[in-house]
Amino acid sequence: MSQAAAIHAQAPRPMEGMRVYNVKLGMWVFLLSEVMFFSGLIGAYIILRFAHPEQWAAPGEVLNVPLTAFNTFMLICSSVTMVKAFAAIEHGDQAGLKRWLLATIVLGTAFVSIQVVEYMKLAEHGFVPIASLYAAEGGPLYGSTFYTMTGFHGAHVTIGVLCLVFTLSKALRGHYTEEYYSGVEIMGLYWHFVDLVWIILFTIVYLI
Amino acid sequence: MAHKKPNYYLVWLYLLILTIAEVFVAFVSGLPFQILVFILLGLALWKAALVAMYYMHLRFEPPRLVLLALAPIPLAILITIVVVTMEGF
Repeated sequence: MSQAAAIHAQAPRPMEGMRVYNVKLGMWVFLLSEVMFFSGLIGAYIILRFAHPEQWAAPGEVLNVPLTAFNTFMLICSSVTMVKAFAAIEHGDQAGLKRWLLATIVLGTAFVSIQVVEYMKLAEHGFVPIASLYAAEGGPLYGSTFYTMTGFHGAHVTIGVLCLVFTLSKALRGHYTEEYYSGVEIMGLYWHFVDLVWIILFTIVYLI
Repeated sequence: MAHKKPNYYLVWLYLLILTIAEVFVAFVSGLPFQILVFILLGLALWKAALVAMYYMHLRFEPPRLVLLALAPIPLAILITIVVVTMEGF
């Protein structure tokens, strides 16, 4: 089956206008609303940080950058496994689809688990959202912005893992085929977007 | 619509190298803060673009979808400029 025909199979109705099938267009529109959501958070962070630079610690002073760099690495790996799952089903490779989806779930779960461990270690040292770690110099902006941004991202990864489990359960029942793979493709779009957001957050929250 | 599959492992390697470069720039290079921020944001945007273009297949989508996906970027730049140049900021 040609790829154009395969893409056509995803669309119950003709694909006018944007020339992509409806489910994919819907996912892109949702992701654009997510862009606005995270832009709002990042914008607020920039404004607060510029206004109160004294409340921020130097990079690596409080936050564990090597651990998070490793976590970043795992999320990047999970993007490869996700795209390999999609590439597998595009060629009708059922075993490959299941294997790569499972690998993505494992890596995503590991990411959230490491983030939980990171939170617990930070909280042990008194770095909680409302902590005035630097009370002498200011207030609790560092903690509250850190937990808001990484927390919302972590929630997105968690939801992504749950959706991946759902996708895998459908894959195990042979729901996806060479002609019908839209569920895997839009799952991938969401997953890569979450990876993309982390790339930005890792830089501005941990490195700058 | 048909396109050659990108080499996903090569993109992964790029992302890995760029991440290592970021950590190096942030902690080892000892550059002045303004230059550091500039380079780090550049590297982050480069990585984000790689993910969007190859993993999200944006490079192989119809131009209209690409336009739709890129639409928020000018707005984000505008907001940043407005905020940073705001009086009393």
